[in-house]
Amino acid sequence: MLSRIAESMFWIGRYVERAEDTARILDVQTQMLLEDPTLDADETCRGLLSIMGVEDPPEHVDLAYVLNTLAYDPTSSVSIAAAIGAARESARRARETLSVPLWEVINTANRDIVSGQFGARRAPGIFQWVRERAALINGTADATMTRDEGWQFLMLGRCVERADMTSRLVATASMTAGTSVQWATTLRACGAYEAFLRTYRGQETERAAAEFLLLDRLFPRSVVFSLNRAELCLDNLESSGQRAGFQNDAQRLLGRTRAELEYRSLSDVVADLPSEMERLQRTCALATEAVTRRFFAGSEALSWHGMGGTPA
Amino acid sequence: MAMFQGYGGTGPAYDEMFDGDRLRPPYLRLRDSLETMTTPELVSRVEALQASYLDQGVTFDIGGEERAFPLDILPRVIEQDTWATMEAGVQQRVKTLELFLADVYDAGRVFDDGVIPRRVITTSSHYHRASANVRPPNGVRVHVSGIDLIRDNAGEFRVLEDNVRVPSGVSYVMTNRRAISAALPETIAQHRIRPVAAYPQRLLAALRAAAPAGVTDPNVVVLTPGVYNGAYFEHALLARTMGVELVEGRDLECRRGRVMMRTTQGLAPVHVIYRRIDDEFLDPVHFRADSMLGCPGMIDAARAGNVTLANAVGNGVADDKLVYTYMPDIIRYYLNEEPILKNVDTWRVGDADAREEVLDRLDELVLKPVDGSGGKGIVIGPRASKAELDELRTKVLEDPRSWIAQPVVQLSTVPTFVDGELGPRHVDLRPFAVNDGNRVWVLPGGLTRVALAKGELIVNSSRGGGSKDTWVLAGPTSPVEPVAEPLPEPNVLEDEVPEHDGEDVADPDDAQVEPDPPAPAEPPPPAAPSGGQAAPAGPAITSMHEQAEQQQQASRRTARGGRSC
Repeated sequence: MLSRIAESMFWIGRYVERAEDTARILDVQTQMLLEDPTLDADETCRGLLSIMGVEDPPEHVDLAYVLNTLAYDPTSSVSIAAAIGAARESARRARETLSVPLWEVINTANRDIVSGQFGARRAPGIFQWVRERAALINGTADATMTRDEGWQFLMLGRCVERADMTSRLVATASMTAGTSVQWATTLRACGAYEAFLRTYRGQETERAAAEFLLLDRLFPRSVVFSLNRAELCLDNLESSGQRAGFQNDAQRLLGRTRAELEYRSLSDVVADLPSEMERLQRTCALATEAVTRRFFAGSEALSWHGMGGTPA
Repeated sequence: MAMFQGYGGTGPAYDEMFDGDRLRPPYLRLRDSLETMTTPELVSRVEALQASYLDQGVTFDIGGEERAFPLDILPRVIEQDTWATMEAGVQQRVKTLELFLADVYDAGRVFDDGVIPRRVITTSSHYHRASANVRPPNGVRVHVSGIDLIRDNAGEFRVLEDNVRVPSGVSYVMTNRRAISAALPETIAQHRIRPVAAYPQRLLAALRAAAPAGVTDPNVVVLTPGVYNGAYFEHALLARTMGVELVEGRDLECRRGRVMMRTTQGLAPVHVIYRRIDDEFLDPVHFRADSMLGCPGMIDAARAGNVTLANAVGNGVADDKLVYTYMPDIIRYYLNEEPILKNVDTWRVGDADAREEVLDRLDELVLKPVDGSGGKGIVIGPRASKAELDELRTKVLEDPRSWIAQPVVQLSTVPTFVDGELGPRHVDLRPFAVNDGNRVWVLPGGLTRVALAKGELIVNSSRGGGSKDTWVLAGPTSPVEPVAEPLPEPNVLEDEVPEHDGEDVADPDDAQVEPDPPAPAEPPPPAAPSGGQAAPAGPAITSMHEQAEQQQQASRRTARGGRSC
């Protein structure tokens, strides 16, 4: 597969996931602001913006500003509109490799944004819409794509982004520590509330919720689950048949981080959740760089092959 | 009210559906199946049609903006016998162009035998010495061609121009058929229409057949300038339907005289490149040094026989506008046959006999300077003032060799549904031909372009032009005596389809004037073009994005520069 196409597939995966997860995070936060009168709106908004990577928010921020920056404004790089636009742009570049239905669902999602229909929707409805679009895109990909390299890159992108975004979701939840309502809402936003209750037999504690979102091996949105999947994709992409160690930096980075999360004690991990989550996000960024170097810069891949020495 | 009631043809143009009040036979079933449909129902189908094109992203780019390509709901119907003639005419044309190119880049017999002056070719900016004495693996240079046809007032198809470089538009032929099948299923079901979906397989077979010697399982790729190119949709569609990679210049690199592409598994060899980039941008080593769209070393790889470029480099000399005026002779010379499809009448003013007639009728002809480009210096007789005509006369007398003259040609019309109303609109046709080395295959039908504004003769999409699904019938139509009476003198301008990717701009240079005047059926030779054109320097272009867009403009510029008439 062409390196350029592989890169496009990776980013389709990332952007679609980013749009969906941003919607989930916003869903939780807007609901919290409405339900909890004790919350300081300004502070919550600032915290949220900072977790989503908005560096210098203006003097006065309110919910409208947050929604505009993170959802509606296509010129804001962290918005849902921009993520869907970017996914579509990547899809357009890889159009000949995408199945027609997959291209069409991505294209129609973007058309709703370009045509202004998206901007006209109101806050809670919009999140539902984004989740549905993402489900449609992911489902169509799942149902129509051959499990070749393109699929692996799409999944890799999706999993890396999901690990990253779930960590942000956990970070936003921990902003207002002490309110178990916050965790319940967060779990609901992931569609995980019932699963969580069943797993922990109704014990609603912050600790348990964090554990579930970070470490659960079976819940598909948890960080560990996502990292596991990403590693699997990388493993499928590398056919070196190596018996010891990892040649691929991305694999090494992701694997180490996952192992750290899993093998350290939970108290240790949740002791300083915000900085722990930031570390995780940095790992995702570094892994992306490593993937780019390894797969998307074709000529470098050649020199690597020379070094790796495939068994004769 | 019946759908076609009150439909009236415009003036002298040949209407393809109605001859006055009489229906022409190919349209019988179409009329019957649509007659009872109400306007609101048709409108709702048109809306569904447009929405489907937007959802599928069937678009073209103008200046970076993506637009849906307008498709009229009413198809154009061509009878099987008419088509048989057109098909044979196109095949004849393509075979001739192949022979001509092979000759031009080799011994040049055609010059020695006095059919066309050597100067006409060597002064063309499309003549590339890099192509001289290169014999393509299976002898094919024109793998894909688009021969533009118009239908004159007598209903006869004529060749407006040949496109043997990078003709575009075939993707719309395929998407149009699918869209119309969905919009008018009942109507489609009542017709037997020759299918068009086989095009990608034909193209792939032809490209594989063109692989370098010794390569049994060639790696074929489509080379695109990128997403900013006007025809990107088409490039992606062709790559997808052929199941091959769509590459950009930066995906390629040349190593030891071979072209390789960068993949996730390292470099992979490339054997056949269906390139949708103009010659000038292919290889900075040989052509524009600032080009970022191609790949340095590609031309040398092709000369060494390690990779095949389709279409071949240097084909532009054959679809040059001055060469066009020699085509009837060239056909006779190589094939010893009469041309099946006539040219639009053209006089080379350098010929003494023609000159007299042209000067007599300056006020009814279109005069074009041979070396003019982009419509520069063109004079449309019927629209020019007395003073302008006098000035023109002086100029023509001073240097008659650098002028050609053509009558204004009126395009035929086909019923078209615009703004809730049915009316006649002007159309042209670009059939596509694929040459695999054994046989020239012509896609049944082709791209019909329609000017959507009333009376408008410019069919370009940038000027509000759209397209029509074009049906070539597979069986005979019921026998009604078709009578076509020739009608006199219109004086309207028309324009051409883009001959290249992205080129989509009305070009007054190609305005034609309707004949009738029995033109010197076959204007005798000379009338060599004046002055050669230097290779276009073109401004330095810095970003890829700009280049991908600019290529269209540059190609337009060079195309005109070379086509010296």
